[in-house]
Amino acid sequence: MNVPFGSSTEYNRRRMRKDSIFKWVCFLSVAFAILVLGVLLVGILASGLPHLNMGFLTNLASRKPEEAGIKVALQGTLWIIGLTILISVPVGIAAAIYLQEFAKKNRINAFIQLNIANLASVPSIIYALLGLALFVRFMDLGRSIIAGALTMSLLILPMIIITTQEVLKAVPSSLRENSLALGSTPFQAVVKQVLPAAAPGIMTAVILGVSRAMGETAPLITMGQVFVSFSPENVGDKFTALPLQIFNWAGDPRSSFRDLAATAIIILLAVLLTLNAFAILLRNRFQRSR
Amino acid sequence: MASATDIGGNKRIVAEYLKRRLSLRGFSEGTIRWIAFLCAFVCVLTTLAIVYFLIAENIPFFQKISPWAFLMGREWSPMISPHSYGVLPLINGTFMVAIGAGLFAIPLGLASAIYLSEFATPKQKGLLKPLLEVLAGIPTVVYGFFALTTVTPLLKKLWPSVEIFNAASGAIVVGIMILPLISSLCEDALSAVPQSLREGAYALGATKFEVTMKVVVPGALSGIMSSFILAISRAVGETMAVTLAAGSSPKMGLNFGGSIQTMTAYIVQVTKGDTPHGSIAYQTIFAVGLALFIITFGLNMLAKALVKKYRRSE
Repeated sequence: MNVPFGSSTEYNRRRMRKDSIFKWVCFLSVAFAILVLGVLLVGILASGLPHLNMGFLTNLASRKPEEAGIKVALQGTLWIIGLTILISVPVGIAAAIYLQEFAKKNRINAFIQLNIANLASVPSIIYALLGLALFVRFMDLGRSIIAGALTMSLLILPMIIITTQEVLKAVPSSLRENSLALGSTPFQAVVKQVLPAAAPGIMTAVILGVSRAMGETAPLITMGQVFVSFSPENVGDKFTALPLQIFNWAGDPRSSFRDLAATAIIILLAVLLTLNAFAILLRNRFQRSR
Repeated sequence: MASATDIGGNKRIVAEYLKRRLSLRGFSEGTIRWIAFLCAFVCVLTTLAIVYFLIAENIPFFQKISPWAFLMGREWSPMISPHSYGVLPLINGTFMVAIGAGLFAIPLGLASAIYLSEFATPKQKGLLKPLLEVLAGIPTVVYGFFALTTVTPLLKKLWPSVEIFNAASGAIVVGIMILPLISSLCEDALSAVPQSLREGAYALGATKFEVTMKVVVPGALSGIMSSFILAISRAVGETMAVTLAAGSSPKMGLNFGGSIQTMTAYIVQVTKGDTPHGSIAYQTIFAVGLALFIITFGLNMLAKALVKKYRRSE
């Protein structure tokens, strides 16, 4: 800027050019990310769609690609996710209520809060080791559905707590104060006033947590099986899950199995995208009504 | 007189009733608080369990192999004799992927964040942000598949000597994975810069480029740096994509075209099979896990310290 005023048309033109180039570079970066998403989805659809039929959903895993299906993997995923929801949602919401509504500002609570933030960024493969040592070995649950579900619950718990806390934070404090002024206990204020107001937000938090759990492979790797040929019937059974099945097929050098991986990915992504779309919709409604 | 004692009696009864009611309420209130507290405390227990098991399962390993040999050894061959337990090749592979992913994703992520925060209209933002969220929500095993079926063949066309499993492909897909993370964290940092600073710069005649690069980005710098570190930490811990893309041959050096192995990929390789408890292979995964935990924890702490410093200086 050591160019004197008035004599700088050429200089200003250069500044303007730089400005518009900059805008384009930034735009192209976003566009690149979106393009990658498109290429990824199209590639998967192209190699996976030809195999997509009812047989694929109902067949057992097989050594022959044309007969292979994901029945057992789907059932495994449903078991794991069902149990994970049962375990992590009540615990997560209760923990968030404690931290956001009841907890006094003292060292213990600050420590718990810090702890949760740290846990949320622990790599998921570390949870696999924790599950192996704690649930599979120490509690002697074996490589079973319940061990997988417990590990998965611990993994998504910090995420559910943090997002639920954010939602509770957004509930106006006048609601609580009104309820307390009418003589309710703090807990009644939370259950009767705060939770109903926060319900859509909490639903979003839960859905996002569940969809994370559904796609996670690493924490199950120490618990699931490579090849399971029977449907799991109770929580002590061996299992495989959809992401594990995808991992095994994708790592197979034969291209027919890789195509099967693509087909299974279509199913997984369809479920995940539906869940995410639902979560975004809920969130938008929640934000608008605020 | 009589009526007054009556009222007094009623008062006593009401007071007694209220006391009982309230103490019952107080009791259940207290119990509920305790239950909620225990739920929150589960997270502390989880941390303790992680630390305990990572250390406890490592004691037999470090009785056989000295920590020095583990940390400084340049040869990792725990399954095939001659046995050797130097973790450096795994760390080398991990950071090749993480730094490579960073080199790829950091400029793109920051530029995307600048576009979203400074240039995009609300309507564009409403379209682009959910798409980036979709990118962030795709499971990592799918990125592994993408690496094998799309990125590696593409690389092979540009660079024929590349192997089927290679570090470059792993770095690229991990980069794609952390891009939305960088973009959304940077955008938060950029939007936290007060509008008045931008307006002040505009009033001095600056162009948008100048406002962004000389005022907004420097103002958000610690938030931006912390997002970079968090993203690198995520890349270090990333598992399925690198396992599928980068192979399983632990090596020193910086050959991006060749197969390597990361710490996470090693853990997957061992645990995929049924590893008997107490075997040396079982112990090594906890040793590698401990090293991985310490590295990611250190990076996360660094990121947090940066943000804290930033908040204080504000």
